[in-house]
Amino acid sequence: MKPKIHYREIEGHSAAYWIMVAVFGALVVAGLLSSYYMEHNGHWVTGMTNQVVWGMPHVFAVFLIVAASGALNVASIGSVFGKTAYKPLAPLSGLLAVSLLAGGLMVLVLDLGRPDRLIIAMTHYNFKSIFAWNIFLYTGFMAVVAVYLWMLMERRMKRFTRPAGMVAFVWRIILTTGTGSIFGFLIAREAYDFALLAPMFVIMSFSFGLAIFLLVLMAAYRWSGRPLGDGVVMRLKNLLGVFIAAVLYFVLVYHITKLYMTAHHGIERFILLDGGIYTALFWGVQIVLGSLVPLALLYHPRLGKSRTVVGTAAVLVIIGGLAQVYVLIIGGQAYPLQLFPGMEVSSSFYDGIVNSYTPSFPEIVLGVSGMALAMAIVSIGIKVLRFLPESLEDSLVDPHHPLEVLASDDAAPEPAES
Amino acid sequence: MSGSPTDQDTDTSRRRFLGTVAGSVAALTVAPGVLLVRTAEAKPNAQPVSNAVRWGLLVDTDKCTKGCDACVSACDKEHGLYKKGPAEDQAQWIRKVEVKNPKTGYEFSLPVMCQHCEKPPCVDVCPTGASFRRADGIVLVDRHICIGCRYCMMACPYKARSFVAENLHHQVADSPRGKGTVGGCNMCVHRVDENENPACVDACDADGHKALIFGDLKDPNSEISKQLAKYKTTQIREDLGLDPGVYYRGI
Repeated sequence: MKPKIHYREIEGHSAAYWIMVAVFGALVVAGLLSSYYMEHNGHWVTGMTNQVVWGMPHVFAVFLIVAASGALNVASIGSVFGKTAYKPLAPLSGLLAVSLLAGGLMVLVLDLGRPDRLIIAMTHYNFKSIFAWNIFLYTGFMAVVAVYLWMLMERRMKRFTRPAGMVAFVWRIILTTGTGSIFGFLIAREAYDFALLAPMFVIMSFSFGLAIFLLVLMAAYRWSGRPLGDGVVMRLKNLLGVFIAAVLYFVLVYHITKLYMTAHHGIERFILLDGGIYTALFWGVQIVLGSLVPLALLYHPRLGKSRTVVGTAAVLVIIGGLAQVYVLIIGGQAYPLQLFPGMEVSSSFYDGIVNSYTPSFPEIVLGVSGMALAMAIVSIGIKVLRFLPESLEDSLVDPHHPLEVLASDDAAPEPAES
Repeated sequence: MSGSPTDQDTDTSRRRFLGTVAGSVAALTVAPGVLLVRTAEAKPNAQPVSNAVRWGLLVDTDKCTKGCDACVSACDKEHGLYKKGPAEDQAQWIRKVEVKNPKTGYEFSLPVMCQHCEKPPCVDVCPTGASFRRADGIVLVDRHICIGCRYCMMACPYKARSFVAENLHHQVADSPRGKGTVGGCNMCVHRVDENENPACVDACDADGHKALIFGDLKDPNSEISKQLAKYKTTQIREDLGLDPGVYYRGI
């Protein structure tokens, strides 16, 4: 019989830990100050205009919200699909999901023209709006995952883990579908108005969420001196490779379909060929740096075994993901609306021309502060509650781990950070 | 047994109540005749807007002159849309768009404002219901419940809405705006409710172009309905199926 998995808080007494938490805290404060600056002066101090109405804060917010639902995948694979090796990772997966969502929502709310009217958003609903639905989906996700975490972490509730995990899994699929539909439902802009965006966002969430999960997992175990088996990392990095390829597949189908429709040649030419920064971000960052390079790294027979390389690939996936969301949100608005398709139009209101957008410093700070909030919650969460197993050695985690290897592998459980 | 103190109390209070009711009914019956002297023509502000009318605009692009922006200036003045701050952040509720067919060289000029759709995407997507369509077809923003998310601006195919990105000064009493909220052409709802034309229409008339006609699309005898019945007209992006209340002739 395999030894039991023991969960324990990290000690978190080191100076490095407190410096890390302080840096995250300082970034969150900087984000709050940026928001105050933007609200006090009005949005004209940002790069956002009447032409590009959603900017850098939305790129970060959407990325974080999408990644949040994806971060829960690891837990779902364990609880819903019964993969034993993933079960010890489930509490961290849930914590990360809630934290990323909190970070994304903070950015989204603080960029509103009237963040002080949050209570109105909570009391006045237009149920035809996917945005209104998302308010329920986001807050509901927090509650559903909180209950799921309770079932996972409370011994007496263990038998409810699977149903709770099932509810959380279905909820997160609906949530990401809702996030993708924010754009998919927009008939006005050519880059959107596409049902494929909803499932594409779901698959993007798999990739972004797992990349962040891998990094957080490796960092937490390395910095707390706890053992993390190669088998665990290899399993996750292979899965990440599959998700990256799946995102590429959706991107391919998206563009092939739009290219097939003559009416959309304009927007496709803009994104793929002559859109300047958007074309550069698409090919250079989203496709090459954020997809092809990580795929090559993760599946390289030798390099793919190095944790540094796996970590690098995960960072590249995150950078590529931000680029993908940037190209979709900003690029989709930069391309002019087609008031008279096929005609040349001009006006004092920038009709018919590519809209310019340069993110301002406060916008970027606000976006980054969302990530910092997520990481701050995780850092503090694993210190105060038992989210992390004391050891994630392969012999403990992997149901197929051969016992002879266990014996010869110097795998005797050693007390970490005593 | 009658005449107990309790019964007498009940009787007086009942009598008082009946008296109040009678008085109120009398007042309510007489008051409209006394107070609402203009009921014959005006749409009384005290009454809800009715879907018996649908307000619309007809733009005759053959009469709309390139370079003329009388409608734009009138709108800016009517709604206090002064030009301040970066040009890309300035509100434009109505704008002149110059269109040219690159294949034939044919050019025309036309004003574009909120198209007051029958099925407005801005209303569909608004999370709080701040973006709404009145029963009489006018699409506008309730700035008191607008949270400034700008989703309506993402959803509008006509780029009809502007975000208030700066501190506001010298606001116009009839058309108050709010920093951090979204605004757009409201068909001069304050004028329409007083039985007047929108400011752009009056300005175009005053300049002698008479390119804009305002009226009730549901009234077959209105000038706009007669013109629409007589001439071929188009709605911008008819293909989207939103059924705008603004029609164009000559495009």
